[in-house]
Amino acid sequence: MAARTNASQRATRDAVRSALQGKRAEPGAVIFRLLLITMLLSLLLILIVLLGDILIGAWPTFRDRGFDFVFSGLSLNPETAGVWTGIVGSLAIALFVVIFAIPIGIGAAIYLEEYAPDNTLTRFTDTAVRNLAGVPSIVFGLLGLTIFVVIVNAIGLGGSTAGKNVIAAGITMAALVLPIVIITSAEAIRAVPYTIREAGYGVGATKWEVIRSHVLPSAFPGILTGTVLTLARAFGETAPLLVIGVATGFFSASADATVLEKLTGPYTALPVIVFSWSRQTDPAFLNTLAPAAIVVLLTVLFSINAVAIYFRNRFEKKW
Amino acid sequence: MTAPHPPIDLSGNPRRRSKERLVGAVFFAAGLVSILISLAIVLSLVGEAWTFISGLIEEGELGSLWSIGWFPRRGLYDLRTIIVGTFIIAAIAIVVATPLGLGAAIYLAEYANPKTRRRLKPIIEIIAGIPSVVLGFWALAFIGPEVVQRLFASAGVFSMLSAGLAVGILITPLVATVSEDAMRAVPSSLREASYGLGANRLTTTIRVVLPAAISGVAASLILAFSRAIGETMIVFMAAGAVGGALFTVNPLDPGQTMTASIASLAIGTDQVAGEGLAFQSLFFVGLLLFLMTLALNAASNRLVRKFREVY
Repeated sequence: MAARTNASQRATRDAVRSALQGKRAEPGAVIFRLLLITMLLSLLLILIVLLGDILIGAWPTFRDRGFDFVFSGLSLNPETAGVWTGIVGSLAIALFVVIFAIPIGIGAAIYLEEYAPDNTLTRFTDTAVRNLAGVPSIVFGLLGLTIFVVIVNAIGLGGSTAGKNVIAAGITMAALVLPIVIITSAEAIRAVPYTIREAGYGVGATKWEVIRSHVLPSAFPGILTGTVLTLARAFGETAPLLVIGVATGFFSASADATVLEKLTGPYTALPVIVFSWSRQTDPAFLNTLAPAAIVVLLTVLFSINAVAIYFRNRFEKKW
Repeated sequence: MTAPHPPIDLSGNPRRRSKERLVGAVFFAAGLVSILISLAIVLSLVGEAWTFISGLIEEGELGSLWSIGWFPRRGLYDLRTIIVGTFIIAAIAIVVATPLGLGAAIYLAEYANPKTRRRLKPIIEIIAGIPSVVLGFWALAFIGPEVVQRLFASAGVFSMLSAGLAVGILITPLVATVSEDAMRAVPSSLREASYGLGANRLTTTIRVVLPAAISGVAASLILAFSRAIGETMIVFMAAGAVGGALFTVNPLDPGQTMTASIASLAIGTDQVAGEGLAFQSLFFVGLLLFLMTLALNAASNRLVRKFREVY
C-alpha cells in the first residue's frame, strides 16, 4: 500500500521535502532581494559615473599642466588659471574654524554633558544646538552678512572689503559648524562609562580634575574624529560664503601685501572656484577647469576623511 | 585623658576651589554661545524681514507678493514662484531618494552579512561626503544634457528636474543612514519570533522590522525633505533662472527656490543695496526658510526620540 502513491501525494511529498531543505521557490522574495541589490548598485553606478565623468573632464588639465594648475592663482585666461588662491582661502577659513568652533564646541559639549543641571536653561540650550544643526547653511550666510561682517568692520578689520573678508567668512563658518562639533563631542563624552569618572572622584579629584584626567582622554578619539569631519564640512560649504561677499570673479592681491592686508582683502575658497568657473562664458572653464578644481577639492575632502577614519580605527576604545 | 582633637578643615584648598568655579563658568559661557547664535539669527532675520513687509505696506505694494514671478530687482516678489519651486524640487528629490535610500538601508540592515555590509557601506559614506557644489556642477554638466534633455526634448540646459535629481542624490545617504540605524535598533528577538513562526526574510522585513522602525524611517524622510528645502548650490547652479523666474509648475522649466533666490540676489549685493526693498526681501525669504526647516526638524526629532524610547 505504501508503494502505491498517486500524483497528489507525490506533489505533497515533494513540496514538504523541498520546504524542509530550504528550496522553496518564492518569486516574491527573490524579486524583493534583487530590487534591494539594484538600489545599492544604482548608487554605486551613480557614484562611478559621477567620479568618472569628472575625472575624464579634468584629465586634459592635469595632463597638460600637472601641479602647475594647483599652484597657480586665479586668472581670466583658462591657460593659466589655477586653484591656489582658493586653497589658501579655504585653509584660512579652516583655521578660524579650528580657533573658534572647536574650543567653544568642545567646551559647550563638556558643559552639557558634565555640568549642566536638569533645568529649563539646559533644555533650551540643548534644543538650540539641535535646531542650529538643521538650519540651512544659507541662513548662516544672512547671519554673517548682518552681524559678523558688521562687527569685523566695526573693530577695524574691515580693510578694503568693508568687512566682507576671510575673517568674517571664517567666523561665519565657525558658527555654522559649531552645533556639529557640540553634538559629536557630546556623543563621545557620553560614551565614557560612569565608572571611569567614579575612579577619579574616589581618589579625591575635583570635577574639573576628573574631566581633564579621565573623561577627556577617554573621549579624545571620538572628539578628534568628529572635529576632523567638521573641517571637511567647512571645506565643502559654499552657499553662506556667496551671501557674505566671497569674490566670485577675478581679483589679484599685490605681491607685497602684508598678512593683514591679505586677510582683510578680497578672498575666495576652493568650492567657490568650482561654482564661479561653472558659470564663466568661456566654455573651457566649465568643461575642463571646473572638473579639475573638483578633483582638487575631492582629493582634499577624501584625505580629511581618511585621516578621520585612521584616528577612529587607531584610537577606538571598546568598554 | 587626651585633649579634644582640633576641628579639621574639610573645605579643601581655596585656590583649587576657585579654579573649579572658574572652569565651570568658562564651560557655561561656551554653552551659551549656541543660544546667542540662535538669537542672533532670529533677530537679524526678523529685523530686516519686518523692514521689508512694513516697506511694502507703506508703498501699498503688498500685491507684489502675488504677481507673475520672482524679480526682486523690479519690485516683483511673487512668493508663490519660489515656494512652489522649492517644493517641486524637494518632491523630485524625495521621489529619487526614497527608493534608493530605503532600498540600500533595508539591504544593509536586514540582508547583508557583516562582511558585505562593511564593503557596501562606503558607497553611501562617499556619496555623503560629496559637497553640494560638486553635485551642482554635475547636474549642470551631466544630468541636464545627458539625462534630462535626452528624455525630454523640450527641456533646456537648466531645469528644475535636473536640479531635483541631483538634490535626490544628495539626500539619499541621509535617508539610508537614519533608516538603517532605525532598523538596526529593532531588537533581534522580534525577528527571531517571526522566523520561528516560519516567516521568510521578506515577510519578516516588511511585516515586522519596517513597522517597528517606522517612526525612524519617517523621521529620515522628513529630515531629508528639510535638507532638500535648504539646499542651495545645486539649485542655484542647475535650475537656472538666475536673477528671477516666472511662475511655473512645469519641472522642465527653469525655476527658482527660496535658497537660490537668496544666493542669486546676494551675489550682486552691492548693486542691490540701493534698489528699493530687494535687499530686505532676502531676509524675509530667509525667515520663511528658517521657520519651515525648524518645523520639519522638530517633527523629525520628535519621531526619532519616539523610536529610541520604544526599545
